Amino acid sequence: MQISPLFFYLFAILAVVCALLVVLKTNPVTSAFNLVMVFFAFAGIYALLGAHLIAGLQILVYTGAIMVLFVFVIMLLRADSPSLDLARGVPAFRLFVGAGGAAALAALFAWVFKHARFGAVDGPGAVAPGPYTEQAIEAAGGNTQVISELMFSEYLLPFELTSVLLLAAIVGVVAIALRQAKRPGVDQPQGLSKGAGQ
Amino acid sequence: MSVQPWEVLAFSGLIFFIGLAGVMIRKNILVVLMCIELMLNAVNLSFVTFSRIHQDMGGEMAVFFIIVVAAAESAVGLGLLIAMFRTLRSVDTDQLTLLRE
Repeated sequence: MQISPLFFYLFAILAVVCALLVVLKTNPVTSAFNLVMVFFAFAGIYALLGAHLIAGLQILVYTGAIMVLFVFVIMLLRADSPSLDLARGVPAFRLFVGAGGAAALAALFAWVFKHARFGAVDGPGAVAPGPYTEQAIEAAGGNTQVISELMFSEYLLPFELTSVLLLAAIVGVVAIALRQAKRPGVDQPQGLSKGAGQ
Repeated sequence: MSVQPWEVLAFSGLIFFIGLAGVMIRKNILVVLMCIELMLNAVNLSFVTFSRIHQDMGGEMAVFFIIVVAAAESAVGLGLLIAMFRTLRSVDTDQLTLLRE
């Protein structure tokens, strides 16, 4: 693939270091900000791979919406005090097995990916390449235009179904919040509880 | 010299297993949710890479839908997290022992 090795390795190393810090840092706020750095690095790699719309969505949705939600919840819960949950309760042996197992699986995946014949045009496991070469995407008006045309033609039904999913998520979150408000001792506005949390 | 596709896929696998290790090791449910986001991102990256390898836009469409589902998932997950905090006064997964007693 014709992508710049310098920028790819820069973003990849940044993402791996920050992902390790997400797991290893005990303070949730530190984890959250390291996760923001991982998302930015991923957006850079998406842009390198030519997925410009996905790179923009990554920054807008993940670092813009989801991470704000996380930081908001940390603030609401006052859970930003350091929790020594790595040292506590997890025996060193089990920690070693968990981390070692994850590293072994990552190495296995890397080995399989290196020896698989992805993108082969002949021989066993060959898949006929699709029509979207770089030149075809350029000629059709760029990555965003190609994706938009697909989204409103071939993928119209799934696209509409995502609105149902988002509606269901909104209703679910509101139902959870209302059921919490019905607990004894918490005064609640009359009429809100009737039927909503049943 | 250029980046080979397997290097990008191996990188996404590495990030996925860092996230999986975080889900298994960490006890703070906020960080567990963050590690789930990490795993979803790794899968998205492999989708984009395969889309590029096979010159097919289906992978990038899948990433679009995964981002929507991830947004809904984290909203519901954080709502449940707040419900858990109100009940238990804790964000520790070790405190979730209501079914055991």
